Amino acid sequence: MRVPLSWLRDYTPVDLPLDELEDVLSDLGLVVDGIEKIGEGLEDVVIARIDEISAIEGADRIRLTKVDAGHGAIEVVCGAKNFALGDLVPLAPVGATLPGGFEIAQRKMKGVTSNGMLCSGRELGIDDNHDGLMILTENPGALPGMKLVDLLGISPDVVFDISVEGNRPDGWSIAGVARDLAARLSLPYTPPKIDPPKPSNVKAENVIGAAVHDRELCPRLVCAGAEGVAVTQSPQWLQRRLTLAGMRPINNIVDVSNYVMLEMGQPTHAYDLDRLGGGAIAVRRAQPGETVVTLDGVTRTLGVAGKGLGDKGVDCVIVDGNDDVVGVAGVMGGTASAVSASTTRILLEVAAFEPLTISATAKRLNLRSEASARFERGVDISQLETVAQRFFTLLGVAPFTGVAVAGAPVPQPIKISVPFRAIERLLGVTLDGETIAALLSPIGFSVATASDHVVVTVPLARVDIRPAPFGVADVIEEIARLYGYSSIERRTPTWAEPGGLNASQILRRQLQDVAVGLGCDEAWTPTLVDDAWHQSIGLGGEAVRVANPLVAEEALLRRSLLPGLLQSAVKNLNRRRSTVRLFEVGTIFSHPSEMAREVTRAGASGEAVVKLPAEHEHLGILFANDGDDARCAVAAWRVIEDALRLDSAQIVANDALPGLHPTRSATIVSADVVLGVVGEIDPDVARLAGWSGGRMGWLDLDIGAVSAASRRNENAREVSRFPSSDIDLAFVLCDKVPAAALAAALGAAGGDLLEALHLFDVHRGGSISEGSRSLAYRLRFVAMDRTLTDEEVGQARARCIDAAAAVGATLR
Amino acid sequence: MITTKKNEAVAALGACQTLSELEGVEALWIGKKGEFAALQRSLGAMSPDERRVIGAALQSARGEVESFAASRREELSRIERAKALQADRLDLTEEMGVATPMRRGHLHLVSQTRRALEDVFVGMGFVVAEGPEVETDWYNFEALNMPPAHPARGMWDTFYLELGDPETVLLRTHTSPVQVHLMEARELPIHAVMPGRCFRRDTPDARHLAVFHQIEGLVIDRNITFADLAGTLETFTNAYFGRDVHARLRPSYFPFTEPSAEMEITCTICRGEGCRTCSHTGWIELGGCGMVDPAVFASVGIDLDEWSGFAFGFGIDRCAQMRHTIADMRALVENDVRFLEQF
Repeated sequence: MRVPLSWLRDYTPVDLPLDELEDVLSDLGLVVDGIEKIGEGLEDVVIARIDEISAIEGADRIRLTKVDAGHGAIEVVCGAKNFALGDLVPLAPVGATLPGGFEIAQRKMKGVTSNGMLCSGRELGIDDNHDGLMILTENPGALPGMKLVDLLGISPDVVFDISVEGNRPDGWSIAGVARDLAARLSLPYTPPKIDPPKPSNVKAENVIGAAVHDRELCPRLVCAGAEGVAVTQSPQWLQRRLTLAGMRPINNIVDVSNYVMLEMGQPTHAYDLDRLGGGAIAVRRAQPGETVVTLDGVTRTLGVAGKGLGDKGVDCVIVDGNDDVVGVAGVMGGTASAVSASTTRILLEVAAFEPLTISATAKRLNLRSEASARFERGVDISQLETVAQRFFTLLGVAPFTGVAVAGAPVPQPIKISVPFRAIERLLGVTLDGETIAALLSPIGFSVATASDHVVVTVPLARVDIRPAPFGVADVIEEIARLYGYSSIERRTPTWAEPGGLNASQILRRQLQDVAVGLGCDEAWTPTLVDDAWHQSIGLGGEAVRVANPLVAEEALLRRSLLPGLLQSAVKNLNRRRSTVRLFEVGTIFSHPSEMAREVTRAGASGEAVVKLPAEHEHLGILFANDGDDARCAVAAWRVIEDALRLDSAQIVANDALPGLHPTRSATIVSADVVLGVVGEIDPDVARLAGWSGGRMGWLDLDIGAVSAASRRNENAREVSRFPSSDIDLAFVLCDKVPAAALAAALGAAGGDLLEALHLFDVHRGGSISEGSRSLAYRLRFVAMDRTLTDEEVGQARARCIDAAAAVGATLR
Repeated sequence: MITTKKNEAVAALGACQTLSELEGVEALWIGKKGEFAALQRSLGAMSPDERRVIGAALQSARGEVESFAASRREELSRIERAKALQADRLDLTEEMGVATPMRRGHLHLVSQTRRALEDVFVGMGFVVAEGPEVETDWYNFEALNMPPAHPARGMWDTFYLELGDPETVLLRTHTSPVQVHLMEARELPIHAVMPGRCFRRDTPDARHLAVFHQIEGLVIDRNITFADLAGTLETFTNAYFGRDVHARLRPSYFPFTEPSAEMEITCTICRGEGCRTCSHTGWIELGGCGMVDPAVFASVGIDLDEWSGFAFGFGIDRCAQMRHTIADMRALVENDVRFLEQF
């Protein structure tokens, strides 16, 4: 909300330096988002008459002028050409500072001295014209030496842009802001003046009608009216205030309506009484499918539920005496009965509407207005008549005698008992009744003090304050706000329970640390992805869709980390980066039709049951350094396996993994549970992502599965102090049998004596027949209690060779 | 004659065994200088009637040959891909170790920041709790004192999912639903911080991302007051940002806290002197906080008379942005290694 300081001062004589005032407002919860200084820097600008124009030798773009600004001739150099002798123009003399901070100094140009600057509208920040000087010759009353601000009637002002929180219906008006300020600064507060012209002889109840058919939607409606109205322009001061507050002046009726809304927080609507069927308005719920053309010229269909949760299609409408819809209550009026140039009689609607209905209607119609914003927060039902009187005070037209009223009587304000103990419990400060009264009464609460509590009567304007018991906290917030949050003493609590990370959080950090140690940079790729990517990596099944995506390419919840990391890696590679290893720890989602997480609470009141997608946290690593491939991914897996002490995982070749190379990829399985996949990106998929260079290794682990996998215990294993013996064995093994099978056989045969088993050579071709390869292992034997004899080593070797034969490996 | 040519072409294409062979045969028959092009040219010498009849037949024959060629091409690429993949086969268990350049990787700035924040709070006695990224409107809104159609829901632009009734399943807009899960579990007292990824349907710009990270804190215990909230935030601010950075609170509004406050800290750029970043106020906004609203306690069934609590939340990415003076937040999601490796 834009609040001009001069307007604010109508209600309270606040006179603080701007920065202090800003702090006070912010500390009251009326946060100043910006301060605009209007007319600043123009005070020094005066009117000057052009008395001479002459060329400057050697310059064709600038000319020398002699001007008179009331104190004799001054020489000024000027680049503009749009003026003639005798013209009146603005002069910024030496020493002036223009809006925007430009300081005017004496300057030498082409051998002549310029003693000031003749200005364009834009240079003065008055309008956008920069085609030449601002010519004031035609302005009535313009004289050389006169101040520009006096001629144009620009008084310097300051406009605060204040953001008002949802729980401050009282802050949505300039008088409300003034009252809060007055309370904090102990200044007097003068409410808006109510002094309408003496009412006419016409009784309102005889010429205008008001009815409320649904008191839930409209608790109270007040209708006033007047005849002999002339639709004209508003007075300059009123137009200027509206403009400063960010509203466009239209005509006196609409302007006063807007002025009163800005001032008192109560929107009103004026109808042309002669264009209103039956000279009456009534409030009712819209029939399904009813339409109205609103002031913006759009036909609105009402009473039909939209897609929004909780939108039951309830709209509150204003109808005329013939039951024709003339406006969407609280949101926007209709064209049919709008005030026009020919209007002479008006009906003024001042009403309170049910906030949630207005909010739902405004949201569904996508039609948020200054009025709906105020009705959504709730207006002060006790001031409807006063607002009508203020309207006619400003309009200066005699209203009909009395008003037509419909709906319920003004309700009794709620009273809340606030124990001192409750204040202490919530704020940690002790306050007595007197202090509380001093804080709350200036903003309209009345406070009765008892021995251990106060009874607070809440002004009807404060619809945000709930009845007890919850309202106790609301009142305490008001107390704290006016007491000042910064005045509350600080205390750092302590407790017996220790802090810490849980096992899965520690595991996540371990995985990240290992990946970093392996030279991988952590990426953050999108959770919302494109359908095409899931398909192009061959992920079958269904993905969860976003109902209202920002862009079509971000419409699905990702089901794999691969597309995001692949695209990020390719971007880097295509920038000719040679070291690109990226990893990510992030969530992927299964459609609930495949794997669901049951939740018992959803929908209104949390009574529905809905199946939510299962979420899985994964670690994905893409190895795209020069020379990286599947081997690299396997080696990385081995490091992780070791870091986590996993002891039973197997690598099992798999030719059907989405996005992966069919003959160079495998699943990692532990006790029949898949922990993840390891291998290489399918070259066709890499090409789709824009990469046809070298291979890329890929490792993807389901962190949940990894955390549940079997681990070696933490007990220390003793190491042998005796010398070890190495033997090398080379076998020929059919390609169909994985090397892991041979290694497992050797490991089992070697038993406790086998300290290490290491593959040191693989080769194909030569003397090795097609479809087989030679695998050379180095086996290191050692015993805990003695040096092994040659005979013992020989026996172990023989056992190993036999075991290898059992899996089809023949010793070379 | 046309039929014969067509059959010859199909036979020749069918006999191709490799893609390069196929390309040659295609050029011979349906290329610019192929047989069919020649036949097409010969139409010029015919009478208009003849030309119409034969031209149509030629067109259809050529179409058949072309589609046969396309299917043969597909078949051959499938076969060639299968062959290439077979030749490429690698037994992943033939492990001999790999040579790799010595280079340290880098934790993402957001992870580093999250860890640093978690560590400060762990030191202050908080546990770290987490929750799902997909939530129901109940957990994200209603249990936090925002029933359907509540205008405050508009404070969070929400991505809804096509699951359940419209607008019931969503991507959480804040980490606050984790609070509700914790309170529902009812293992009181609670002293927890809740970091995590959140989503808002907002076009990304230099200061905002549609997907971002938040950390939230919740303390529910006996005798917890606003004074404890203010003290906790000051302790945290000193510990994380430095001893010369302070926290201050000013009134604000959140449906799930009462009293509510906006948390501001000494500007980390000018250390309170006043600069452009803080609009010359010396303070910058960090996040929101307040005392847990009694309606929230009621929705999860916690006894108001015994327990009270406070909650706070702020952006992890924003902390990273402030600490490392990142001009444009979008650098955090671009995954450019040149950016990532600085930290």
